Amino acid sequence: MAYEPVLLARVGKADSTSIEGYRRDGGYETLARALKDMTGEQVTEVVKGAGLRGRGGAGFPTGLKWTFLPKGHPGPIYLCVNVDESEPCTFNNRVLVEKDPHQVLEGIILACYAFKATTAYFYIRYEYGTGMRAMQNAIDEAYAAGFLGKNILGSGYHLDVFVHRGAGAYICGEETGLIESLEGKRAWPRIKPPFPAIEGAFRKPTIVNNPETLANVVQILKRGADWFKSIGVPPDPKNPRDAGSYGPKLYCISGHVNNPGVVELPLGVTVRQLINEHGGGVWKGKKAKGCIPGGNSMGLMTEAEFDTPLDFNGPGRVGCLGLGTGAVTVFDEDTSIVDVLYNLCRFFQHESCGQCTPCREGTGWMFKIMKRFQAGQGRREDLAVLEEVADKIGIMPGTTICGLADGAGWPVKTAIRKFRQEFEKYIQDGTASKSKPLPMAAH
Amino acid sequence: MATVYVNDTPVDIGDEKLNCVQAAEKAGILIPHYCYHPALSVVASCRMCLVEVGDKKPDGTVAMQPKVVPGCQTPVKDGTVIITRSPKAKDAQERTLESLLLNHPLDCPVCDKAGECSLQDYSFGYGKAESRMNDEKKTPPNKPDIGANINLFTDRCIMCSRCVRFTREIAGTAELHITHRGDHAEIDVFPGDPLDNKLSTNVVDLCPVGALASKDFLYTQRVWNLKTVDSVCPGCSTGCSIHVDGNKGVVYRLRPRVNPKAQGHFMCDEGRLGYHYANSAERLREPIVRGPHGWSPVGHREAVQRTQTGFNEYSLRSITGVWGVLSPFMTVEEAYLLASWIRDFGKEARLVMGPVPVDGQDDHYPKDRRGNEIPGASKFTIRSEKCPNRKGVEAILEHFSGSVVSFDAFLAALQKGQVKAAILAGGYVPTGKGHWFPAEAVPHLDQVPFLVVHEIFKSPLSEKAHVVFPAASWAEKEGTYINHNGLAQAIHWISTPPGESRTDGQAYLDLLGRTGLMRAQQLRKEIGEKIPSLIQLSTGHLGSSGVLPGEVPPAQAPKQKIPVH
Repeated sequence: MAYEPVLLARVGKADSTSIEGYRRDGGYETLARALKDMTGEQVTEVVKGAGLRGRGGAGFPTGLKWTFLPKGHPGPIYLCVNVDESEPCTFNNRVLVEKDPHQVLEGIILACYAFKATTAYFYIRYEYGTGMRAMQNAIDEAYAAGFLGKNILGSGYHLDVFVHRGAGAYICGEETGLIESLEGKRAWPRIKPPFPAIEGAFRKPTIVNNPETLANVVQILKRGADWFKSIGVPPDPKNPRDAGSYGPKLYCISGHVNNPGVVELPLGVTVRQLINEHGGGVWKGKKAKGCIPGGNSMGLMTEAEFDTPLDFNGPGRVGCLGLGTGAVTVFDEDTSIVDVLYNLCRFFQHESCGQCTPCREGTGWMFKIMKRFQAGQGRREDLAVLEEVADKIGIMPGTTICGLADGAGWPVKTAIRKFRQEFEKYIQDGTASKSKPLPMAAH
Repeated sequence: MATVYVNDTPVDIGDEKLNCVQAAEKAGILIPHYCYHPALSVVASCRMCLVEVGDKKPDGTVAMQPKVVPGCQTPVKDGTVIITRSPKAKDAQERTLESLLLNHPLDCPVCDKAGECSLQDYSFGYGKAESRMNDEKKTPPNKPDIGANINLFTDRCIMCSRCVRFTREIAGTAELHITHRGDHAEIDVFPGDPLDNKLSTNVVDLCPVGALASKDFLYTQRVWNLKTVDSVCPGCSTGCSIHVDGNKGVVYRLRPRVNPKAQGHFMCDEGRLGYHYANSAERLREPIVRGPHGWSPVGHREAVQRTQTGFNEYSLRSITGVWGVLSPFMTVEEAYLLASWIRDFGKEARLVMGPVPVDGQDDHYPKDRRGNEIPGASKFTIRSEKCPNRKGVEAILEHFSGSVVSFDAFLAALQKGQVKAAILAGGYVPTGKGHWFPAEAVPHLDQVPFLVVHEIFKSPLSEKAHVVFPAASWAEKEGTYINHNGLAQAIHWISTPPGESRTDGQAYLDLLGRTGLMRAQQLRKEIGEKIPSLIQLSTGHLGSSGVLPGEVPPAQAPKQKIPVH
């Protein structure tokens, strides 16, 4: 049975961005009902009960995150909406924000109502100009219609939403980096603890959520937790720490496929299904060599692993970091893995914030080695060095403050482990790569 | 009582709130660190202090955390177990050092910091012998004009950001910042806004490597040739504790010495660069006397005898015409000796305080970004009173005269021609803003029949004197300074007075007819026992951090402590 999109149901309609269009499709009714019949705690309970996990990458249970806020805090409490969607090849939130901003906005209001935030910051990356204008327009319309501002729909609840435009750095997508950037500082991730829920933006309790997560909140309150739990993958009974992968997910397909784009599917679809059924298959009639399953930092997957389900646990079983953003980038059989890794290393070297020594120097070092590889001067020892550096940087071994370094290391070690022969062939032949990287903005 | 176990050594930390680095230091174990500094905020970014941490349960079992943690950012509590050299911690430390050296030029042979560089020390102690880096290092251009006193060797920087935090948190002027990202990040200033605050050179001490260098010290000495003594800055009444570094009788630099009772961790540039006069070739090098045929150099003994003869003569003629002018640059011991000598002539002999130099207002830091003071947030103060020991000299004067008579009394008497024999203790540090003795009073000095002065340089005052003793600079004497807060601190000499000169204290000791050499410790004891208001000197020892009024002075000389960066 084909899955009927919920989050993307309105995308593609003629008036998908206007408040009239949204209300015609039943928009803001959920909000009105929640404000009238439910307390904030009840909203949180419903979201918690639905088992919604954050769609930003780490998959942390959203309702649980909300309960980490200090009880009875006098306020202000902030919500930061993380639309610094800077993971390359990820554009699911972009579609949501550009095409259906009111759905996201309703999610923002519901979430804020749940944990009694009176101010929300919509942090959107600089490159998303259309999204920023669409959201600003939606906010203006919502103010005019009484869904924002003082005493929303007569409930006595106040909320202001501000759009904040980032200046373009990958690290601003890290939640504490985002908060620092929002405060007008360098986006250097903060040391945790304290976590943002205790001390975040402007040293007040702050929740950072992804637009897709917030859109899911609307749907959960509209259709009920049971509906949400009927979609996706239930928890693995053998793994007591698995919270399950319920609900719909926006998957991005890009790279060497015939039909790149965003599709909404239940969590747990396999890579192969995604490519063949929704991405139109690998381009030019070729076969795939592998893919990046969820944004650059999740590592590489070989073609043989394409039957892995893309839920919160699946990619981990084949050595990838996790589901990530659910953005699959496919490369065909003629793609050089050395070129892929060169490009990935270049990205992380450029985007490391430079705060922690292991990440700052490690990403730079890995890039220098890959540069040499690409020029046909790779050495066998380099592979060991690359693997070791990639293994030892990151928040998981404890050597950095944030997870950027883990994300920088993961593609390197998975590439070398899964495609070692190709690297060794490069070393043996001493051939330089023929492909040229795209020029990067000067720094 | 809370007990922390550092590498199996139990340490009692009491009620103190400490992090792992501090707790380990209590146990005498150094956890290497770069970005952590006790006076600055914790950023935990250099990742040098990675250690393994665990908890000792009441039943004796230890639960270790699965990953390494930065020691500077991890608080300790009762039962915390810190392991600094486990294979995991060692590996993390080695890796951090390897990373730091990837782009470090290793130009130690031409680097000023070599010999006192944390990167050298830790590489030796915690690093690997060889680098696996096989690629070109990045060599960003140096920034010699980052500040009037500071030079930045950009390529040596390890991005610990101590200097940036200093300008934000202590100076408050926030000139320094980090530009770019990742491994192309650099320390820089905004165009047209150089690092020129009054505390700027502290970033050189804070810099764990040779990236920030003081232009004053640059390429003058290798640090292993320097001899270091603990002393006190004579620049203002804050009395910053300092290290004086010198070699072969030349002072090469001053560095702040950590002393929470005095100033904390830092010192101002004015004080730091204020030592140059001590090295000047223009200084008076021997006592000179004025005879009928002009000036002639004499030996110390003769100068003392002439002074004694002159004062004896005039004290018999008019005891009220005998004046001793003490200066706030004298040590307590010198003031005591000179005052004793003057008092010996009789109760009517006059003792006054020399002019106390004051320049503007007390200058508090941090400032806000525009350079305005932030009320109530002072972390460092440059005081307007530009002398080190007003309080100490006043205590002596009060003991001998009952009250402190100001310099105006001397000037008034001078104008009326009532001064018959006078000794003016100098030691005033030249300021470049004119001589300390008021110019309009200089002509009146002609009427003084017998004038003795102690001066560092030739001056309008020394021109009028009959006997001129060369004064020793503060780097050449030992003694006690008492700061604005009543803190008595010891100063020590690093060089001897130039030429034939002796220290001022020796001259006064000789004038008094006391035998032997001037020894501050004995005199301190004598003063402490005789003068109730200076009881804190009574053991003769002041420790390395000094003694506040009401504190019990240490019974012994301080033990030499090896400083931890």
